[in-house]
Amino acid sequence: MLEVTTINKWPHYRDRFVQLVIYLLVFLVSAVFAWILFDLARGGLTHLSWEFLIESPRDAGRAGGIGSVLVSTLLILLVALTAALPLAWTTAALLAEYVPTTSQFGMTIRFSLQVLAGVPSIVFGLFGNAFFSIYLGLGFSILSGGLTLACMLLPILVSTAEAGLRAVPQSYRLSAAALGMSRTATLFHLLLPVAAPTLAAGLLLGIGRAIAETAALLFTSGYVDRMPGSLLDSGRALALHIFDLSMNVPGGDTPAYASALVLVVLLLCINMLAMKLAYGLQRRKIMTT
Amino acid sequence: MFQSVQNDALTCWVLRAGAVISALVMLLILAFLLIESWPVLDQITPARFFTDTSWHPLEGTYNLTPMLSGTLLASMGALLLAIPLGITSALFIVFYAPTHLALPYKRMIELLAGIPSVVFGFWGLTTLVPLINQLHPPGASLLAAILVLTLMILPTITLTAYSALKAVPSEFLHNAAALGLSRWGMIHGIVFPAARSGIVAGVILAAGRAIGETMAVLMVAGNVVQHPEGLFDPIRTLAANIALEMAYAMGDHRAVLFVSGLLLMLLVMMLSAMASKIGKNQYA
Amino acid sequence: MITTHKRLLLFSLTCLAIGFGWFASADANAASQRLVLTGSSTVAPLVGEIVRKYESMHPGVRIDVQTGGSSRGINDTRNGIADIGMVSRALKPNEKDLHAYTIALDGVSVILHASNPVSVLSKQQIADIYTGKITNWKSLGGADARITVVNKAEGRSTLELFLQYFQLKNSQIKPHIIIGDNPQGIKTITGNPHAVGYVSIGAAEYEAKRGAPIRLLALDGVDASVAHVHSGAFPLSRPLNLITSHVPQGLAQHFITFARSQQTHELVEAQYFVPISAK
Repeated sequence: MLEVTTINKWPHYRDRFVQLVIYLLVFLVSAVFAWILFDLARGGLTHLSWEFLIESPRDAGRAGGIGSVLVSTLLILLVALTAALPLAWTTAALLAEYVPTTSQFGMTIRFSLQVLAGVPSIVFGLFGNAFFSIYLGLGFSILSGGLTLACMLLPILVSTAEAGLRAVPQSYRLSAAALGMSRTATLFHLLLPVAAPTLAAGLLLGIGRAIAETAALLFTSGYVDRMPGSLLDSGRALALHIFDLSMNVPGGDTPAYASALVLVVLLLCINMLAMKLAYGLQRRKIMTT
Repeated sequence: MFQSVQNDALTCWVLRAGAVISALVMLLILAFLLIESWPVLDQITPARFFTDTSWHPLEGTYNLTPMLSGTLLASMGALLLAIPLGITSALFIVFYAPTHLALPYKRMIELLAGIPSVVFGFWGLTTLVPLINQLHPPGASLLAAILVLTLMILPTITLTAYSALKAVPSEFLHNAAALGLSRWGMIHGIVFPAARSGIVAGVILAAGRAIGETMAVLMVAGNVVQHPEGLFDPIRTLAANIALEMAYAMGDHRAVLFVSGLLLMLLVMMLSAMASKIGKNQYA
Repeated sequence: MITTHKRLLLFSLTCLAIGFGWFASADANAASQRLVLTGSSTVAPLVGEIVRKYESMHPGVRIDVQTGGSSRGINDTRNGIADIGMVSRALKPNEKDLHAYTIALDGVSVILHASNPVSVLSKQQIADIYTGKITNWKSLGGADARITVVNKAEGRSTLELFLQYFQLKNSQIKPHIIIGDNPQGIKTITGNPHAVGYVSIGAAEYEAKRGAPIRLLALDGVDASVAHVHSGAFPLSRPLNLITSHVPQGLAQHFITFARSQQTHELVEAQYFVPISAK
């Protein structure tokens, strides 16, 4: 006699239900994101123009453009990178090449960098204000803001550089040793060039983070929206400009939308470039092994 | 040969110097925060931060609890929303999406991760707050802060969950398929337990980020110092408080702001220590 | 042959040299031709205009203006971050170590959205709104909507004057939104038809003339207009001051004298403040 076994359909229904929920939630996230982008574009696209990018803001930013703001942002970025890159890359080289992973020295450095990575940006602003602006007497200046940003960028630059150096195959180092190259020479002539794309990707990520930063710059580089004449002048970063326009300037919403668009597009380009470099390295790695 | 040995020693010392300076930065920050908060820690007993009548520095009262509760409520609300959204997004990318959707969606999340907090705050100010205002004035409220924070930590949770899910060994998945488990059964029974520590670590990191967030919350939360009694009450977070009052705080008031900065820093330090510990146990 | 060692040394020396050169030139730029002013958001727009005129008359001078509130002006001037502070009230007894120089007169006015049918509020009604005793516009003859109370942040002298006039303490006020600069307050009110707030008359008039939908309310029966501030009839007026920590010299003194002179009267009136005749 044939036995009829009923198939338990419940796991199937449950699976379908979960799939539906997941699709719905993903759709929700995508919809919100599209909404934000659409709002930004609708509010700001008409205001964008070549003049907008070149001219300085007039009438508290309602008229004119963001030229001086872009220059200030660039200068702050340059100061931050000049201060942070040498420190970060030397630390990464040390951690990756010269110090065994379990040493006390290495672990202390890693720990302090990890702590630094989690510090909220407003606390960096507090520190920057107390140390760079008041104690060192730099006042509200691009220099002060840039140095504060440098402190914020250290962890991300170190971790990406270290990862990049570690990713270089061990065979490279062994071959170098076999050829009698000094460790210094190995580092500068072999490892750094090979890891360069990852280092560059980390650099770009750091730049992206720095450009997006607002809270740390509020009390260190100030608010002045004119073209800075020197590093000791106060300068307004792009993110701060958006903040000021949206909060403090009646009628400032349209230029704020336009500035936000510029910022987002800039970050998009930087991120895409960084990703291309990082994935390019992976592909090369696969080819060489 | 001796030249190269000399070179190596020099390089080693240069590298060590650089690394020590990097490590010193953290110590410098802690030191300065302590120095600036010392005057008030000396005179005002820490208990006053919780028992004073209110936060009115110009009248001499320094009760931090309304802002602490604002910070915690906003962060927890954001986590409550962002965790399901983030984990489902990660599940979508790894298990549920057709290949031509997975990559664009992941790219979109990575783009979201890079958008600055000011832009989210700005969008919240111009779109969310008026919407909430129509529902229930004043619009700038705890709800607005929660929504904006959710948008900000969602990508973090998604991307860390994604790495954790990807790190599950493929044999597990093959075994599950061989055993005839359904897709959800496999995820629920096998993937989640294996990826749990990674996901939890990511959630804790996102919590740290939400607690420390300043700009976006400053723009949409109303900035009134009070214990919120409902979702539509305005609040002020610790971080936003520092940003608002830093400019003109003098003497004791300034020192109390540094104390709250110290508090924030210690909170986030604890959270990241927890996260790294949990993350390390992943392969234990 | 130049070894890597020497190359590194050369490179770092060049960097240091460039760095010092930069610093040095920056310092020279920075010294006597620069002024930094911070403080009241009421005074800042006026001072911004004065600065622009001054800089066009004296090329090579650079004066930076930043807001942050009157208390910030006092704070920054005391600890040296700012050369001159901007304060929108008279100095208090415990601030006698500072020197004040009045450059204009202004008043504080309560403002509503232009679409709000309520056009008159008595002193007691305003106090009740701010302490939370009146919560709906309909009890004042307006629409059936909750009142959104906008208060200024601590450290702003506009707040202090408001509290003083209405004999309230800040702890008694039940606000819904806290704002900082005057324009932020105006922007909040224009964005919310059921909001009430108070800002400087000059700032309110300035924005209203440029199309912001706000209305200034009369206080104790006296219309909030520049003319009434001039005549002294408006009950809530205040001087706009520039302050320094010691007797000003050099560029600071020159600038302050310029700001108080006849040459700036037009600028003062364009910002809807009352010019003073210099001593």
